[in-house]
Amino acid sequence: MSEILQEKSAKQEKPIKKRSFIDWRYLWYQLTGSPLTMVGLVVILLILILVIFAPIFATHDPNTIDLRARLASPSADHFFGTDEVGRDIYSRILFGGRLSIAVGFGVVIVAGFIGTLIGALSGLIGGWFDTITMRIMDVVLSVPSLVLIMALAAALGPSLVNAAFAIAIVRIPYYVRLSRGQALLVREMPYVAAAQTFKASRWHILRWHVIPNILSPIVVQATLDLGNTILLAAALSFIGLGAQQPTAEWGAMVATGRNYILDQWWYSGFPGFAILLTATAFNIFGDGIRDILDPKQNAH
Amino acid sequence: MSFLNVIRKRLVFLVFVMFGVTLITFTISNLIPGDPARLIAGDRATAEIVEKIRNDLGLDRPLYEQYGKYIVGVAQGDLGTSIRTRRPVLEDLKIFFPATLELAIVALMLAIAMGIPLGVASAVWKNKPIDHLVRIISVIGISTPAFWLGLLLIVFFYGKLGIFPGGGRIDQNIAMPQHVTGFLLIDSLIARDFTAFKSVVGHLILPAFTLGFVHLGVVARQVRSAMLEELKQDYIRTARANGVSEFSIVFTEALPNAMIPSITVLGLAVGDLLYGAVLTETVFAWPGMGAYVVSSIQALDFPAVMGFTVVVSLAYVMVNLAVDLIYMMVDPRIRGIS
Repeated sequence: MSEILQEKSAKQEKPIKKRSFIDWRYLWYQLTGSPLTMVGLVVILLILILVIFAPIFATHDPNTIDLRARLASPSADHFFGTDEVGRDIYSRILFGGRLSIAVGFGVVIVAGFIGTLIGALSGLIGGWFDTITMRIMDVVLSVPSLVLIMALAAALGPSLVNAAFAIAIVRIPYYVRLSRGQALLVREMPYVAAAQTFKASRWHILRWHVIPNILSPIVVQATLDLGNTILLAAALSFIGLGAQQPTAEWGAMVATGRNYILDQWWYSGFPGFAILLTATAFNIFGDGIRDILDPKQNAH
Repeated sequence: MSFLNVIRKRLVFLVFVMFGVTLITFTISNLIPGDPARLIAGDRATAEIVEKIRNDLGLDRPLYEQYGKYIVGVAQGDLGTSIRTRRPVLEDLKIFFPATLELAIVALMLAIAMGIPLGVASAVWKNKPIDHLVRIISVIGISTPAFWLGLLLIVFFYGKLGIFPGGGRIDQNIAMPQHVTGFLLIDSLIARDFTAFKSVVGHLILPAFTLGFVHLGVVARQVRSAMLEELKQDYIRTARANGVSEFSIVFTEALPNAMIPSITVLGLAVGDLLYGAVLTETVFAWPGMGAYVVSSIQALDFPAVMGFTVVVSLAYVMVNLAVDLIYMMVDPRIRGIS
């Protein structure tokens, strides 16, 4: 008897091949079958390359003032024209994209991480902790998010970091609710019961059994949130609660360009188009990822 | 669950939510580094005057006491006094609310008028070019920065073509119709002032389209998925087998049923439009709550911002309740489920 047990435990100690939480090969196979999603992905990659290597692709320094060339229309020298102090709008869009996209990823990662952790813990533990957490989330969710974000960003003081912080705080409840719902399902799974029989700690169960199994819908939500966050951050900058002058940032550029909109449409036009293109690409890609990773949510 | 039970439960939740909302806004307003008493007094006021204002407003009292006073005020409809306009916040909001509501309703009607046909077409011709086109339009709608679309429309229709005005609710040289409802469309009709009515319609088109376009995608997507669900049902197959025309199947059989689950989404859109109007109003100099709150935020006028948040949250929760009740009324199946 003890021999058998020993043999079994020896077998278990064999190094198990590290398992990835997401099946990348399946994901890629599905992606290749969805042309629209691929277009979204390609556009995202192009934008990321342009923005990350902005110093290479930019034709001018984004902050160099050239008063002789102020408010110039688009030309071979200035692809998207220049602003009121002669800065090159094309170069400013490339550098500004770094901020917008960094805010997008930063917010989604922070809100997703904190929200998932709270939600999974809440679902796993249950009881009064769960009740209190979820009532707090219900209240936050019942307040219009844009209003709350604006109030919070204004109170913290106008800056892009504060705006990002405000968006992240308000987005957390969405991830809490999502991951809690999933955790409630996973909690009843035999493998969790098995782990409990072996006196696995709550943290161990959360880390190795719950989180890996609720990751798909959260990744889907996060991808869809990226476009939304970039839009929100730009909107906050537009009303003066985000990036401040003279920082090159898309929303702030649209806001300043507004003063010259009737004669120099390109000033607001191109930065706004950059926002639209980026948000559209992330939303198309997010939709595609949802169909692949979470087919239940969208059966059609 | 009966109607009354739902209403009772939701009203309890409403009290809970309003308590939470006031707590959140109160905490936020105490985060600001500025001193409200100093803001009210102005830069040149002496320390004694600032101290007196602080004392008058109760700002020297402990926070829990201030919060208690605030929440008692809210319950009685007193949202405090705006620092910027020096008027009761509720009075200010009363002036601006109808403008926002009028814009939101017209925008929703535009979104529905465009979104339903697109959603239906997309479902009927699933996976055909038109379906892909509608899906792309929907995504673009959701991804469009409303403030930017508004600016482009102003450039084109006001700057280049000159067929629509660039902002405001009514031409400055036309007298406002007598205030009855606060909705200028209705008020100008009541006054039989058709010049004013024409001007009001002209001023509404661009901002309403801007706001509506952003929500068009939401409506079209919802109608598409609800229609696909209905078109799969047995009664549709039976109707087809009985030789009912494809037109009737889509418009008289499937669409009415597909609209039931869409009510929730449309209802939620009303709430979204109310606060989504913030950006659109700023661009079009629309004298609504959105423009009011943006000016208040820029002036660190926190009583106004808090008042706005409380009022919009209340409206939001009420709209949700109304949507649920309408949903229960039109879909008897829901009533059986607790």
